[in-house]
Amino acid sequence: MSRYIMRRVLIMIPTLIGVSIILFSVMMIAPGGPEAVLMGEDIAPEAAARIRANLGLDQPAPVQYLRWFSAMLQGDLGNSFRTGEPVLSIIVDRLPNSLTLTLAAFAFALAVSIPFGVLASVKHNSFIDKLMSVVAFLGVSFPSFWLGIVFILIFADQLGWFPVSGMATYGMERDILNRLHHLVLPAVTLGSVQMATYMRFTRSGMLEVLRQDYIRTANAKGLHPRHVVLRHALRNGLISVITVIGLSLPALIGGAVLTETIFAWPGVGRLAVNAVFQRDYPIIMGVNMAVAVVTVTVNLLVDIVYTIIDPRIAYD
Amino acid sequence: MAAVLRTRQKQLASERPSSQLNDAWRKLKRNRLALAGGFVVLIIILSAALAPWIAPHSYRQQSLMSRLQEPSSDHWLGTDGYGRDVFSRVLWGARVSLQIGFGAAGLALFIGVILGSIAGYYGGYIDNAIMRFTDIMMCIPALFLALTVIALFGASMINTMIVIGVIYWTRTCRIVRGEFLSLRKREFTEAARALGMKDSRIIFRHLLPNALAPIIVQATLFIAQVILIESGLSFLGLGAQPPTPSWGNMLTEGYKFLSMAWWIATFPGLAIFFTVLAFNLLGDGLRDAFDPKQQASS
Repeated sequence: MSRYIMRRVLIMIPTLIGVSIILFSVMMIAPGGPEAVLMGEDIAPEAAARIRANLGLDQPAPVQYLRWFSAMLQGDLGNSFRTGEPVLSIIVDRLPNSLTLTLAAFAFALAVSIPFGVLASVKHNSFIDKLMSVVAFLGVSFPSFWLGIVFILIFADQLGWFPVSGMATYGMERDILNRLHHLVLPAVTLGSVQMATYMRFTRSGMLEVLRQDYIRTANAKGLHPRHVVLRHALRNGLISVITVIGLSLPALIGGAVLTETIFAWPGVGRLAVNAVFQRDYPIIMGVNMAVAVVTVTVNLLVDIVYTIIDPRIAYD
Repeated sequence: MAAVLRTRQKQLASERPSSQLNDAWRKLKRNRLALAGGFVVLIIILSAALAPWIAPHSYRQQSLMSRLQEPSSDHWLGTDGYGRDVFSRVLWGARVSLQIGFGAAGLALFIGVILGSIAGYYGGYIDNAIMRFTDIMMCIPALFLALTVIALFGASMINTMIVIGVIYWTRTCRIVRGEFLSLRKREFTEAARALGMKDSRIIFRHLLPNALAPIIVQATLFIAQVILIESGLSFLGLGAQPPTPSWGNMLTEGYKFLSMAWWIATFPGLAIFFTVLAFNLLGDGLRDAFDPKQQASS
């Protein structure tokens, strides 16, 4: 097992280098550059050339990439083209906010989807099963940002139950309750799509397991039905859900871009959107790399969780 | 005798694929939700195709006199902030959204099928190289990459379509590779190879038709996803550009008027919702219909 983990960690390195090369190439091939955004469209050619030289953009692309790469190895992701701040500290400031939002959305999705998915499978073809299927279908047919807008209109504007935007009321950043209060709407918005997906997979995974012989045996032994479902079936029924969780993670992080924009959440998603429009290359690279690191790490964790939940799966 | 044999061969050849399709069609016909989905998809495609003839007004004709009018007998779904007819724009928007949907899905499918079949058919280091590349692509959240590329290269309908297609092929690639890995060991593949057929012929004439079912399902579900992605990109200003109406940019424009004119954003929103729902229901029904394990009852 530890050898497997070591190998996976080592594979992460070329993967991340590949990600950085793809991103870098996109920026190099793209027409235009940051000088037009910094100084306006009708910038004099000499001034543009000076700015490009200052930012190191006059070098050949491979040289620029190697410079970026060797600096990155020393923990330096460069400075923002606009503000001059170190990219690393900007990301370190904001990544926890995005992770909080993503984790809360994920927790919401799991907390709702697994109990209801299990319920739907146990009461197969009943009213509750059909209702859950409808909810799951509706959940994946909405643009999630639209749901966020509707939430703001109803729960923030009309009812006033939740704040419209931001992470905390000004001056109350240390108040945990205040922060949780701000977290509810964005987390539910972001988690809703995943909730619907996980629910469908929980249901179908459980349905498959509940038909198997060992469940019939457990029932025949006279075990309490709840014990059979929760202790015997759930563990195997969840394997397919875990696969989906691993696969859906990039979508969850990507969805955060829109959710953060709607709720003015100070995370890396909004940072990336602004950076892209301002052609702030170091920030674009930094954010995407940070997100890629999170993604590969979580994928590895998912694979490790597999072995815990299903001992039949052995790596090595 | 030879003629009889040839006709018999032809019969067999025509029977085999059609019986699998017939089987799927029979199961699909019994799935009412999937049929409803298919019906709605058909209506949306028709109204998109006929938009120039059935739209009561121009989609771009602005009129200050008729700004922000409520739904009425003249403007069935009201007018927007520029006095344009919302119903006509929803119809024209269907054209744009479906074009992006089908175009991006077609491109993603094309790339995914080519790479997936090469990886699955040849195996070995070719497979390894393609799959590592797929892994890399899957590590970058697709929406991040899409918005980066579109913002840098300029937003337009065509760019949005191409970028979505070029980024989202990974799942198709994995599915096709998985199918090919098992198909290439089957006897008919061995037979084709023993007859000395070229690889390209084996891949496209013998293996691909056998892997078609999951590809069709994937494509149907993906069109729904593209429509959602386009609306998200439009919300960031990176979808089809005004005055070309896509449901995504109509929704975004209507968002500004939400408190005084609910109809502008609501109807394109509903159009997205029903279209995505319809494609999802159809795709789900197709998956069940093609699945030999699944009985039509469950």
